[in-house]
Amino acid sequence: MSNTLLILILLGLMALAYRLGMRRSQRLVGGPGGVRDLHSLPSYYGFFTAIWCGLPALLVLFLWVSLQSGVIRDLVIADLPEAVRTLPPAQLGLVINDIQNLAQGNIVSGEVSLEMERAAAHYQRLRQTSFAASVVVVLSLALLGLSVGWRLVSPKFRARNRVESVIKWLLVGCSTIAIFTTLGIVLSVLFESIRFFEMVPIGEFLFGLDWSPQMAIREDQVGSSGAFGVIPLFAGTLLIALIAMLVAVPIGLMSAIYLSEYAGARFRAWAKPLLEILAGIPTVVYGFFAALTVAPFIRDNGALLGLDVSSESALAAGLVMGIMIIPFISSLSDDVINAVPQSMRDASLGIGATHSETVRKVILPAALPGIVGGILLAVSRAIGETMIVVMAAGLSANLTANPLQSVTTVTVQIVTLLVGDQEFDSPKTLAAFALGLLLFLITLVLNVVALHVVRKYREAYE
Amino acid sequence: MNKPAVDQTRTIDRVNATLKQRYNRERRFRRFGLAAVILGLLFVALMFLNIISQGYSAFYQTRILLDIEYRQEVIDPAGERDPATLSAADYAALVKSALRALYPDVKGRGEKRELYGMVSSGAALVLRQRVMSDPELIGSRQALWLPADDDIDMLVKGRIDRNAPESERRIKNRVLAWVEQLEARGAIEKQFNLGFLTGGDSREPELAGIGGAVMGSLYTLIVTLLLSFPIGVATALYLEEFAPRNRWTDLVEVNINNLAAVPSIVFGLLGLAVFINFFGLPRSAPLVGGMVLTLMTLPTIIIASRAALKAVPPSIREAALGIGASRTQTVFHHVLPLAMPGMLTGTIIGMAQALGETAPLLMIGMVAFIVDIPGGPMDPATVLPVQIFLWADSPERAFMEKTSAAIMVLLGFLILMNVIAVILRKRFERRW
Repeated sequence: MSNTLLILILLGLMALAYRLGMRRSQRLVGGPGGVRDLHSLPSYYGFFTAIWCGLPALLVLFLWVSLQSGVIRDLVIADLPEAVRTLPPAQLGLVINDIQNLAQGNIVSGEVSLEMERAAAHYQRLRQTSFAASVVVVLSLALLGLSVGWRLVSPKFRARNRVESVIKWLLVGCSTIAIFTTLGIVLSVLFESIRFFEMVPIGEFLFGLDWSPQMAIREDQVGSSGAFGVIPLFAGTLLIALIAMLVAVPIGLMSAIYLSEYAGARFRAWAKPLLEILAGIPTVVYGFFAALTVAPFIRDNGALLGLDVSSESALAAGLVMGIMIIPFISSLSDDVINAVPQSMRDASLGIGATHSETVRKVILPAALPGIVGGILLAVSRAIGETMIVVMAAGLSANLTANPLQSVTTVTVQIVTLLVGDQEFDSPKTLAAFALGLLLFLITLVLNVVALHVVRKYREAYE
Repeated sequence: MNKPAVDQTRTIDRVNATLKQRYNRERRFRRFGLAAVILGLLFVALMFLNIISQGYSAFYQTRILLDIEYRQEVIDPAGERDPATLSAADYAALVKSALRALYPDVKGRGEKRELYGMVSSGAALVLRQRVMSDPELIGSRQALWLPADDDIDMLVKGRIDRNAPESERRIKNRVLAWVEQLEARGAIEKQFNLGFLTGGDSREPELAGIGGAVMGSLYTLIVTLLLSFPIGVATALYLEEFAPRNRWTDLVEVNINNLAAVPSIVFGLLGLAVFINFFGLPRSAPLVGGMVLTLMTLPTIIIASRAALKAVPPSIREAALGIGASRTQTVFHHVLPLAMPGMLTGTIIGMAQALGETAPLLMIGMVAFIVDIPGGPMDPATVLPVQIFLWADSPERAFMEKTSAAIMVLLGFLILMNVIAVILRKRFERRW
């Protein structure tokens, strides 16, 4: 809260700096009439002073806030008795948590010893000192920057160029965030995955046929050894994705063809946005629909036919996922069908082909690469889709091709392994990151291939 | 002079021979297409009908009229009106005695428990709140509408079949008879359920509300908007207006396109590993949720913003540059304002995506059971879609109704955002 106040004060100072810089530039050339003698417009001198005032101070504040908790933690640990300091990292973390909770007046897990109270008081003191120091440093830096910027203002000074280069570097900085995100994803899943592969061999992970990620609490426990074979998960994921594609591709493609080739303008204007509603519905809603409406419906009807249908059947999840993907397929196919040149249609119709023959024998072959690219993108979405399968598919890893049975998927396992309490050194938690890495790589390859195919195709007719 | 048989059939005859078949095929193809569209529309209708028919009743709640006597000896035996005593008093006893007064002939523990079970445990909280805000009530009598238990609620709303045999019904015959007596006297009725819209989560379906989740979603979205809009617009401006074409900008572009297709759950893993484990930010906080959703929605906003910038004709830039504006002045004074409506539309659509997103938030611990309504972006919170996920997992029949109603609220917000985006586009879209 107090940091918010500090930032507000800084913003106030920056506004002040803006006015001071602008005034000074105007005064130096003798009032508004002399503006033509300035190199830049007065407001640029104002911006320049404000940047000098705010930017260094904000940077220091940011660094301070992100580093302070680590430094304080180390200082508190250094002050703890020897017996506590030499605890293993996990237990030491618990002690530190307790000290922090104690300092903030929250509930503490164990008994409060005298040492802990002392440490908590120490922690509290350090935090207060740190905050007071940060206020002093940041505000003095801001005032210093203000005076430097103010002094630099002179009629010959190229304020506009300076301000513009700062703006440009800010823009460059923002554009690198996309790269940092990708880097962050890769590094975060990679590091944990490497730790996982130290415990479970990579060959066993990739080619194992069993998945039961529980770890033993005691050595002699029944079923104590966890099995981390990813094949059943992928089989389940692909089964559900296949069912989804069997629903989505015919319906999506046919509706795209109908809407772009046959439908009248008015029907199209109504039906297209209505179909696209399906794309805007959150996946959790599909999950609810699959788990509580479609799955019981399939199970009850299967029972009438004498089939043994699991109440978490792959069929229910796949069907609903297919519905979700319909608008995706139809809008992508619509794009590529519309990109086929009109001259090809005219030529085909001109030699006497019916409309459907034109579509099947001329337009579809021409649009095929684009449609395949779209389907690949849709497959990558189906593989990465989480909420529908978390809610409607099962948890047990069955290696089966029967859509009436319950299967589990990669995303379901990531969610079940990571929701709830976690310790960050058990293979169980780390397995989720290894699965995440696999998921990321597979969808990445699918996307790159699909985008490449779509782009190449688009260029062919442009 | 034998003519070859081929010459006898003219091309037109061969065409005519198969023409009927070909026209039939044409009609069939066309019908398939229409059927696909209708099937798609049917799915939309089915989902909406299903959810609305299940959920509309959650906006009403069954309440029972009870004659409550605020007895001094139960609430405040010492008569000191000390807030601590008032807060700790056994208000459930008041509800129980009111129920006993209604049905004096109920004997036996089992029967009594069934009787007390008709009223929600939240009724005691209602009484406590009333007494705490107005201690003058102690010693008086008051007729109050108090929330019924969720099973009674389901019964009154017709979700439990009254004609089913007792063994298959969640409500015993005895309780059914009591409810029917109350109905005959008009002492039980459905009233508008404000608590559903304003209250926090609860284990009791009749007390659970989406207020906490809505506030959590609001804080998360505010964080997302504050971060993703400036960053997204800045990135689009750089790539579209300033960047030279080189390896680096190509790399940035490839990255953005790929991030748009990365499964959302992977962003959750990133948030867990980086924001929570590395930077030590609090779990379950809307701040972290907003940061994860920012990374997820950035590609959408960047792509939409770039399209908006591309739509601004080069003549605008040339005119500004021609009268001596600098590159930056041209962009910020002329191009950006013209592209703003398109950027805002893209941002709203990105925010709608973020509002409906669930999976990455599960990873960063926004699935906790949280009763309190969050007061800021650092408080533990949950969001609407996660609340839907949590309720959908609950076994009680009454939660199904609540889940559907929460979905209705969520879809309502989403439709509202999309309508705003469409209006914005219609209103400000310029064809050059």
